Amino acid sequence: MIKTNHMEYQKGMEAIDSNIMNQVLKLTNEYDYSKYTFEDVETALMKSWLSPDDYGAILSPAAAPYLEYMARNAAMETRKHFGSSVSMFTPLYIANYCENHCVYCGFNCHNKIRRGKLNSLEMEEELKEIATTGLREILILTGEARNASGVQYIGDAVKLASRYFSTVGLEIYPLNSDEYAYLHECGADFVCVYQETYNPDKYQQVHPSGPKRIFPYRFNAQERALLGGMRGVAFGALLGLDDFRKDAFAAGLHAYFIQQKYPHAEISFSVPRLRPFINNEENNPNDVHEKQLLQVMLAYRLFMPFAGITISTRERAGFRDNVVGLAANKISAGVSVGVGGHKNDEKGDEQFEISDSRSVDEVHEMILSRGLQPVYSDYIRV
Amino acid sequence: MNDKLVIGGHEFESRFILGSGKFSLDMTKAVIESGKVEMATLALRRANVGGEENILDYMPKGITLLPNTSGARNANEAVRIARLAREIGCGDFVKVEVVNDSKYLMPDNYETIKATEILAKEGFIVMPYMYPDLNAARAMTQAGAAAIMPLAAPIGSNKGLSTKDFIQILVDEINLPIIVDAGIGRPSQACEAMEMGVAAIMCNTAVATAGDVALMAKAFRLAIEAGRAAYLSGPGRILNYKAEASSPLTGFLED
Repeated sequence: MIKTNHMEYQKGMEAIDSNIMNQVLKLTNEYDYSKYTFEDVETALMKSWLSPDDYGAILSPAAAPYLEYMARNAAMETRKHFGSSVSMFTPLYIANYCENHCVYCGFNCHNKIRRGKLNSLEMEEELKEIATTGLREILILTGEARNASGVQYIGDAVKLASRYFSTVGLEIYPLNSDEYAYLHECGADFVCVYQETYNPDKYQQVHPSGPKRIFPYRFNAQERALLGGMRGVAFGALLGLDDFRKDAFAAGLHAYFIQQKYPHAEISFSVPRLRPFINNEENNPNDVHEKQLLQVMLAYRLFMPFAGITISTRERAGFRDNVVGLAANKISAGVSVGVGGHKNDEKGDEQFEISDSRSVDEVHEMILSRGLQPVYSDYIRV
Repeated sequence: MNDKLVIGGHEFESRFILGSGKFSLDMTKAVIESGKVEMATLALRRANVGGEENILDYMPKGITLLPNTSGARNANEAVRIARLAREIGCGDFVKVEVVNDSKYLMPDNYETIKATEILAKEGFIVMPYMYPDLNAARAMTQAGAAAIMPLAAPIGSNKGLSTKDFIQILVDEINLPIIVDAGIGRPSQACEAMEMGVAAIMCNTAVATAGDVALMAKAFRLAIEAGRAAYLSGPGRILNYKAEASSPLTGFLED
């Protein structure tokens, strides 16, 4: 079978005028983290604003002995920008159909799992049930399948969600800017698109088929979302899929250049690590242990102190509890990663195994116990 | 001596305005009491009306709420947030905050002027947060602002009076209360601003990031009071050139 060129846009995919991808790929290609010395790290840590090269230094192995110092600095930055606030939200998977073969993902189209999607009645039941927990922010997710979960279907979900939640975010397949504009009209304001890996060769290997294979279309999704009127965009690399330092470096630069070009955009990061999924229990990152994961989070915080950082239920409770306030300012709670599952039984299987299944109340109490303030509403739709 | 802060016809004993966005809710009351604060901001985007943990529930009785328009990126959004705040019963005061920059959080003076004009016409007591620019401050005054709130340094930075000279120009030229908002990091800096003739100080991060927030609120109150007293008493002048002899050298001249 002839594979599509993963660097070439396919019909219907909007191409925008942007050179951010070229800048990020060039700098990432040149990023040699082994060249940094302790002196480079110390120099970077003395600065009030870090350059991309400083950022490279604090992500390097040379920064490992400075983790405690970085943590103290990051905690101060987090406090300065977010005070004691920790925002809470939950994801709602409305469908798990997928057209892609991502070898690391439980939703991939060749994985034999139970597929399903919520109809509008089921969606409303789920949303109502989640709203009873007090949460005011929701992230709507689908598998990446235009045919099964079209833009209209997602728009209907967003309209329903807007009735119960003040903040609606999306983690769906990449769209054209007019489609983002439509979903913004429906009530969504934030879009997460994770590049998974910024190494185009590795990207090609782990995405053998499906529209997700087209690297530049995915890369430019945040920009198209902002052009469509979205207020905020999230970035992330799936740490452990390829060289995590280079991927984290690229994700940071991607956000940095987007922020420079769109100063109004609200920027945030997620730090997903590979997780086991149904039919694949071995899917674990080899070299991204908690120490490395924390280094990435601290580096994001110090490089872009104003950006949001989310910690998901992929990580164990003890890790999550300790990174809120330190680097993370946003945490998910009461999470189900199957389709539905809040009010009724799940209609589809989970994307991956979660490590922290605590309820909203439990996470709320944890935040309070750390002297921090759980925040349910931090956004007003105008 | 009757020395009250008057904003839009309302009188306040306290010249310490508290920004409330970075505290744990249970701290808010203690800080307000220790600081003898009479006016506190309320970010409408944080007002979880009808939900749990509503910041309004933590505001002591008698506090004048100063809802702000944080989250607004342009004048229209600020106007809509201000109207919403009035709808939910936050009163007529509004701090106009228009920020279109996620990195430095610099206020957009141009959009702020536009929002000020619209809201003042609708009867709001408008307190615009601004970058200290004389022309913009004049335009805000013309637009109907009740006070002008220049930043001393980037919000949350605790860097102190980085824009001191420009704030002094506003104090000297604008016939409205000038309230320093953002950047003040220490009580000594608040005191210095008050000595300059600033009418009040607003701070949030400086207190919220202190080890003992209630004690720091008290320290700010005392510093603000000291600075005000110094301003009113008319500080002794500072000579720029050498010294002035108590027996002048030219005293022998007859005419």
